Amino acid sequence: MEKAQFQSRWMPYLLLAPQMVIIAIFFIWPAAEAIRASFFLEDPFFGNSTFVGLQNYTDALSASDYKRTAWFTVVFTVLVSLLSLALGMMLAVSADRVLRGQSTYKTLLMWVYAIAPPVAGLIGVMLFDQHIGPLVDFAAMFGWHLQIGVDYWDTGFAMIVVSTWKQVPYCFIFFLSGLQSIPTSVKEASAIDCQSETRRFWTITFPLLAPTTFFLLILNITYAMFETFGTIDQIVKDQPGNSPVTLVYKVFRDGFRGNDIGGSSAQSVILMIFVLLLTIVQFRLIERRIHYT
Amino acid sequence: MAIADTDRLPPATSDKAKTKTKPQKPRSNIRLYDHIVLAIGVFIMMGPLVVAFLTSTHDYVTIHREGMQITWGGNFLETYKNVLYQKGGFTGEVTGLLMTQNSLILGIGFAVGKIVVSMLAAYAIVYFRFPFATLSFWIIFTTLLLPLEVRILPSYEVVQQLGMLNSYSGLIIPLIASATGTFFFRQFFKSIPNEMIEAARIDGAGPVQFFWDILVPLSKTMIAAIFIIMFVVGWNQYLWPTLMTTEEGYFTLVRGIRNIMQQMIGADIPEYNEALAMAVLAMLPPALVIMIFQRMFIKGLVEQEK
Amino acid sequence: MTTLRIKDVFKRYPNGAEAVKGVSVDVEDGELVVFVGPSGCGKSTMLRMVAGLESVTEGEIELAGRVVNDLEPAERNIAMVFQNYALYPHMSVRKNLAYGLKNRGTPQAEIDRKVDEAAKLLQIGEFLDRKPSQLSGGQRQRVAMGRAIVRDPAIFLFDEPLSNLDAKLRNQMRLEIKKLQRSLGTAAIYVTHDQVEAMTLADRIVVLNNGLIEQVGKPHEVYSQPASTFVASFIGAPPMNLLDATLSDGRIEIGGQSFAVQQTQKAGPIKLGLRPERLQVASGGEGFRVEVGVLEDLGATRLIHARLGDQDLTIAQDSELPEPSSEALITFRHDDAHFFDASSGRRI
Repeated sequence: MEKAQFQSRWMPYLLLAPQMVIIAIFFIWPAAEAIRASFFLEDPFFGNSTFVGLQNYTDALSASDYKRTAWFTVVFTVLVSLLSLALGMMLAVSADRVLRGQSTYKTLLMWVYAIAPPVAGLIGVMLFDQHIGPLVDFAAMFGWHLQIGVDYWDTGFAMIVVSTWKQVPYCFIFFLSGLQSIPTSVKEASAIDCQSETRRFWTITFPLLAPTTFFLLILNITYAMFETFGTIDQIVKDQPGNSPVTLVYKVFRDGFRGNDIGGSSAQSVILMIFVLLLTIVQFRLIERRIHYT
Repeated sequence: MAIADTDRLPPATSDKAKTKTKPQKPRSNIRLYDHIVLAIGVFIMMGPLVVAFLTSTHDYVTIHREGMQITWGGNFLETYKNVLYQKGGFTGEVTGLLMTQNSLILGIGFAVGKIVVSMLAAYAIVYFRFPFATLSFWIIFTTLLLPLEVRILPSYEVVQQLGMLNSYSGLIIPLIASATGTFFFRQFFKSIPNEMIEAARIDGAGPVQFFWDILVPLSKTMIAAIFIIMFVVGWNQYLWPTLMTTEEGYFTLVRGIRNIMQQMIGADIPEYNEALAMAVLAMLPPALVIMIFQRMFIKGLVEQEK
Repeated sequence: MTTLRIKDVFKRYPNGAEAVKGVSVDVEDGELVVFVGPSGCGKSTMLRMVAGLESVTEGEIELAGRVVNDLEPAERNIAMVFQNYALYPHMSVRKNLAYGLKNRGTPQAEIDRKVDEAAKLLQIGEFLDRKPSQLSGGQRQRVAMGRAIVRDPAIFLFDEPLSNLDAKLRNQMRLEIKKLQRSLGTAAIYVTHDQVEAMTLADRIVVLNNGLIEQVGKPHEVYSQPASTFVASFIGAPPMNLLDATLSDGRIEIGGQSFAVQQTQKAGPIKLGLRPERLQVASGGEGFRVEVGVLEDLGATRLIHARLGDQDLTIAQDSELPEPSSEALITFRHDDAHFFDASSGRRI
């Protein structure tokens, strides 16, 4: 049933005004500017700009640097998203089953959620440090000589580990609350119907968690693509050299450090389109959930 | 949600879990496996933090020579006093204390601003019928599509043109542009039974009275929950403060991390202890807030999904 | 005098759905009128239009001598008791009662007096400083009524107020509502889907179906002279048996058996309505032979589910039961037979 509503000629506009003004100035204007700038070649020294059509896009997409960054972003995003999902679910399933110490485990496992990505990055940098880092010593015991900042994939490995570490608590919280919202009667019915706890998990619990999983997957992808900026910035230390970076980092670097405004804007717009697609997928999911519940 | 029947806090999820798992017959091997998994999980999640904290209590020469530490060093007071009070940075003006203050301003300002702006907008969308309701909703919705990170460069230019660089308003307001809070409150308002507004209308309450007398008190728990989440989000901002604030007087702790890192690169023996002490300072307040208001925080977080 | 006059009221929604299709009813001073019908029959919509919570598409609602179609709910001088009580959960009982008065600008002294009066009347004095969440269902129900009483309205509107209570409490509160309404002497509309509530509470019953009035009348009239098969099957429990029959030459014929009646209607196919409680199992004489199926013992009465030809029939009986699977002879008085038109379902 539709919500009962007030009627007023001006009040809703007054209420909406702060939000709308902020959106107009700090969202629509910059977004429009990004799209506009992506079609121009700007001269950072003289401030004049020339319309170049799609050239910024073709330049950006054809650069080998871009391809390499895009490829790393894909690997990075897939691994971080899936690993944090898997670890978060595993911990949540166990936390849901134990009777003793559940709230202590929960508190300790959640702690990292509060940490800012760059702070996680800083701690990661220390742990992976050539001189003082215990993780480098640990890897060396297996004959793996980690060289963060030197070796491309070693650095990428550190980024993936730290970013996953930071995201596990988020998944854990959602999975645990998802598990705890499964009605007791369903759990009891499945306990009567199926003896094997493992089988019960895969046939009852896991399907019931599917909406949460999908929601988290989307969120993890957004996280890995955008919010890991701080982590990566710490590990790269402003001296990219041979270090892998994600697409968002490249937008920032090309725009602010390289002063390639047109190219950076074109890359922004490409990312916007990607997020748009992601949102459409998300919307589909929401629609489906409305149907089933 | 039966709001009409209770204004108490929702039952704790942990209590629920206890009563729910009770009927199952405990099987010792499963429990042992679960405890092992959780213990390893806690070790991986908390280990680095413990090591980081313990290492920060040693002096940097020890750290440089012997690597990260897992024992308590004697330098705790000295290091943390240095970080908090010693003037550092290029201008020699900024202290850890000042950065903590700036972080608080950003965290609280962001959370309060977002709650006020988004509650008003959500109120308009849910409780009023007006011609541009759908259009407004969609405009607000589009802000969810593009995180600040993908429009960072033009956003910077806009703020620069408005002369808002190196200011608290420039730091906070652009971050409020994303509409997560509006959606959160919209969802919550929709879950309030319709009878509530009907009863209020029969009782002669107009839009303003309904908002103040009924809606705000009913939303107390939700406001608290979203405040906690947004405080953490605001406190943890990195990219935007990094671009926005070039004057060190406006540095937040998280922003300060970046400078510490850059200083370490140049040093012969980096001051690992102070860098780690900064990291500990930067993570402690949000972590404590989340721990203290854990229940509310989880509720707020999970509610966003719906 | 007439408190409320509803004249040819229609409710159409923007999507074209029609919830109320022309309803006219008057509520006299001090009268308690019950709107009853299945869900979706338009009874709640009617009530909400009277309250001003829904707009009236067409027609007129006149309350205490003035047309209120375009007035805000608060300006109509009505009071409403909601199904889920709709108490403000963050306010004490006292504040809940006082809120409407405060918004009207009533002086504090008068508010206090009215609240105390209502609290005394409803015996909720000791709860005045508690929050709704600290009260039991019955107590909340009383608070909701208190909130209505303090307004001193021209009419009370009850929207299924008892449906959230358990059976025992429901019976008790039903009685209290009736007593209270009588003693206050205020007119009231009471919406319910429960025919027992309708029968026991109402001065007059309005049976609604599909947005139209099927019948208006005193409870006894509606029970004994149902205007249609719909009313016949909705009012009374267990519901009236409705059998396909054929009327001809002073005899009524069902499934190959026939029975003499005083025929006043014209011959042809009809629906024969027989209340279960008006049927008797006889040892001899003229009647229908039925095949006895399942027996249900309700304590006070016993239900016999039987088959007459290929039709089901329920008989309520308080004496000896026949054997299951046996044959029994069923009789009834001529006055207890109701005849309905086979196609329109209207009483003939």
